[in-house]
Amino acid sequence: MTGKPVPPRSFQEIILRLMTYWGGKGCAVLQPYDMEVGAGTFHPATTLRSLGARPWAAAYVQPSRRPTDGRYGENPNRLQHYYQYQVLIKPSPPDLQALYLGSLQAIGIDMDLHDIRFVEDDWESPTLGAWGLGWEVWCDGMEVSQFTYFQQVGGHDCKPVSGELTYGLERLAMYVLGVDHVMDMPYNDPDSPTPLKYGDVFRQTEQEYSRWNFDQADTEMLLQHFKDAEAECQRILSAPELDKAGRRIVMAHPAYDQCIKASHLFNLLDARGVISVTERQAYIGRVRALAKQCADAFVTTEAGAAA
Amino acid sequence: MPDLLIELFSEEIPARMQARAREDLKKLVTDGLVEAGLTYATAGAFSTPRRLVLTVQGLSAESPALREERKGPKADAPAAAIEGFLRSTGLTRDQLELREDKKGAVLFAVVEKPGRRAPDIVAEVLERTIRTFPWPKSMRWGSGTLRWVRPLHSILCLLTDEGGAEVVPVTLDHLTAGNTTEGHRFMAPARIAVTSFDDYRAKLRRAFVMLDTAEREQAIWHDATTQAFALGLEVVPDAGLLAEVAGLVEWPVVLMGAIGGEFLSLPPEVLQTSMREHQKFFSVRNPATGRIERFVTVANRETADHGETILAGNAKVLSARLSDARFFWENDLRTVQTVGLEGMAAGLAHVTFHNKLGSQADRILRIESLAREIAPLVGASPDLAAEAARVAKADLQSAMVNEFPELQGTMGSYYARAAGLPESVALACKAHYQPLGPSDEVPTDPVSVAVALADKIDTLTGFWAIDEKPTGSKDPFALRRAALGVIRLLLARDVRVALIQFIATRVAAHVGSQIGNVYGSKTVAAAAALSDIGQKNFAEKLLAQIDNKEYDAFAVISDFSADIAVRDIGPNLLSFFHDRLKVHLREQGIRHDVIDACLAMPGNDDLTLLVKRAEALSAFLKTDDGTNLLQGFKRANNILTQAEAKDGVEYSFGADPKFAETKEERALFTALETAQATIAPAMAQEDFAAAMAAMAALRAPIDAFFTAVQVNAENPVLRRNRLNMLHTIRTTCAQVADLTRIEG
Repeated sequence: MTGKPVPPRSFQEIILRLMTYWGGKGCAVLQPYDMEVGAGTFHPATTLRSLGARPWAAAYVQPSRRPTDGRYGENPNRLQHYYQYQVLIKPSPPDLQALYLGSLQAIGIDMDLHDIRFVEDDWESPTLGAWGLGWEVWCDGMEVSQFTYFQQVGGHDCKPVSGELTYGLERLAMYVLGVDHVMDMPYNDPDSPTPLKYGDVFRQTEQEYSRWNFDQADTEMLLQHFKDAEAECQRILSAPELDKAGRRIVMAHPAYDQCIKASHLFNLLDARGVISVTERQAYIGRVRALAKQCADAFVTTEAGAAA
Repeated sequence: MPDLLIELFSEEIPARMQARAREDLKKLVTDGLVEAGLTYATAGAFSTPRRLVLTVQGLSAESPALREERKGPKADAPAAAIEGFLRSTGLTRDQLELREDKKGAVLFAVVEKPGRRAPDIVAEVLERTIRTFPWPKSMRWGSGTLRWVRPLHSILCLLTDEGGAEVVPVTLDHLTAGNTTEGHRFMAPARIAVTSFDDYRAKLRRAFVMLDTAEREQAIWHDATTQAFALGLEVVPDAGLLAEVAGLVEWPVVLMGAIGGEFLSLPPEVLQTSMREHQKFFSVRNPATGRIERFVTVANRETADHGETILAGNAKVLSARLSDARFFWENDLRTVQTVGLEGMAAGLAHVTFHNKLGSQADRILRIESLAREIAPLVGASPDLAAEAARVAKADLQSAMVNEFPELQGTMGSYYARAAGLPESVALACKAHYQPLGPSDEVPTDPVSVAVALADKIDTLTGFWAIDEKPTGSKDPFALRRAALGVIRLLLARDVRVALIQFIATRVAAHVGSQIGNVYGSKTVAAAAALSDIGQKNFAEKLLAQIDNKEYDAFAVISDFSADIAVRDIGPNLLSFFHDRLKVHLREQGIRHDVIDACLAMPGNDDLTLLVKRAEALSAFLKTDDGTNLLQGFKRANNILTQAEAKDGVEYSFGADPKFAETKEERALFTALETAQATIAPAMAQEDFAAAMAAMAALRAPIDAFFTAVQVNAENPVLRRNRLNMLHTIRTTCAQVADLTRIEG
């Protein structure tokens, strides 16, 4: 960890540097999953691929939606739509901490001047039936990443164990770029012919989605969609394993798409305030049941088979 | 005598687990060594975020050879017996020795166990220790099956004596023990070879690792207080935070920064909580104003810019956090100013307290009526107590408490003052939760006491009514703490109340509303409700009364609720109070038999009276008069009890002095009369010490009586009269406590 890193100038430069860094460390640089999810963990490249014995290494940006966090674009660091950078390596390499620190260096954090700390933070996702042990990583008292060794996903023991890194990109970038309000953060190069700030790209959408999430989303429709997604997920999984041509094709991924959908619909309903405290647990339990069934199906497939 | 050094080097160990892990490592390894026949002089365990270390000094170099002899069956014993013996010793028949015994030839097994070298034993013990280490949570990593709190990277295991250092051959999966470790992750990451514990400790220090947690704590506290002192400020002590922070760093560097002026108007508890919970900062207070003005953060490294970048980053994060806190504070104040504290509490109607005990608003209504009832008993105004009860939990709906649950009550007091409520109401918002544990303060303001008692009694009677009692180590609703709280409040305020009446009424109300509200007026449904809340016996009785026709059941429900409360649930809850009281009194040095003797007296649901009795008896028994009382009583009681058992009657008719034969017997009559004349008024005033002194004075006449008089006289009239007199002694002396329960 020598040599002064060159500071990045924009949000996108930080993303590009992370892509280059993890690509250079052997990760497949994937693209975001094309569905609404609450966090990068939901991408099947993490949830499903952390199961089974096959080695895996992937890095990607995942747009993430948390409807309840919407603040109409006014809060300096709260957004209902934001980006996570996600790395998943299976089995977790022995030097994962060093690799991670290298990525901070790569985005311009000078290890000689900052105080990096690994502070206990065990991760649990009740909706995915998943848990792991690890830390939140602090840089000068600020949480910049989650670092987790997956122990269980969808109710299945992870063998081998995957190491998962999650960077909250906006927060991390604001810190690296020295910006106080997310909307003021340079999105592209400030010297480019069309300099754009984060707010130029997202302020209006934050307002629109905040209104829709909190006031307008049709709850009857969302409830129906939740039921539909749940039913479709179960239908897909209960289909015979052999297709019409006699091939064994277990449809774990299409089923999991429905599970993702149900999870996001639940988040929307939650933001609309129509789910009571007691119902909440029940909904989470229903999503978890889907996640578990998808995991059960995935581990019977080629990509998810145990050793 | 070699010394042993073990270091288990891993990724960051959670701070909160380190102290326990040090103890476990020390115990597991030293116990294992001793069990295998080694001895040692001293042992010490250390931890940093990345290492768990044990040093054992003066370890024996090998375990002694053991010769074990076991006597077996006789040589001519049945074959099965001999085979069993062979199995248990692992020997064959021809390996046994034959020895002549008084009873004939007996088989002996002689097993020689050679001594083992320390390294072999250490290797075995360490491997077992690592594989079975009791981490609260452990994990696997990579493709391995080993479990540790976080990935374990290297093992250093060294035996050092005058001849030099020897690596102990330990191998676990992919790890092989060596003689190297690493320094500070950033400041000295190279691997270091060491030869002994002293060498290890010194080299680590050069590599920016302070091995001893206590030393790190001292360094942090010293630097923090020195820096604060230089500015005329003081660091708010927080031992828990200090221990945690010391477990997060290997090389503590204390940095102090200022809190933005715009945040200084926040309540100090808010600043402190936000800084401690989110940032693990210490608060630095201005002793003149009591305000929190600065923070102390502890970094894990030195930097070329003397921590300037680190401090700036921390200050920025703090600013963001405090902006949130200020937003909550201002929002809450606005709410209070527009709709008042009761307005803030309105939303509690939609917050479930417990699904069988209704919403928080229902609960508050109950506490209000109870507080009103209790107020006169504790010298509080019923109206103020009721008002305090209505608003005491309003802050559960505040943005601040939503963010920092630990500020519940504290914020309520601030908001009550902001709403212009009376000071005793504001105080009660915080104090009604107290005492929070055995060492927490008991509130003194009468309004606070009334609400605190009402809150806890409502909780206890409610959970008892729905049969959610603590079992074993499970007490999810902290009912033991609530009961102890009630006890301490009653005692501190000298409150006199017959608890059974009190709790029975509340239990009946809980049961009644449980059944009535939820299940309406149908008896069958009510019976189902009873069954639902764990009262199957009563449900069956109720059903039996229905006689196959359903009728309006409110009267029945009400009767049943009262019946259950008085005969079953109430007494059960009272005995729970008694159990907590026993624990409480035992901690104050009052023996269990003394408590039992007082519990056996009527009126034991008046806890204040009960404790008065127990304290008086406990103190009295430590005096000579205490011995006199006990001996006099026991002598009379033993003879009486034997006679009563033999005759099958109770001699409670009262004795007649005209049958007294000797002067000793007459003297005893007189003494009893004199004693009773003192005892009766003393008992009326609850002056138990004076009453017991008068009882103790009976010992001399009792002794003289027994020396001079034969109780079991041949004349049945005399005998009966004397036994009746002993009975008078028994009842006279047992007015304060049931002395038959006193041991010794």
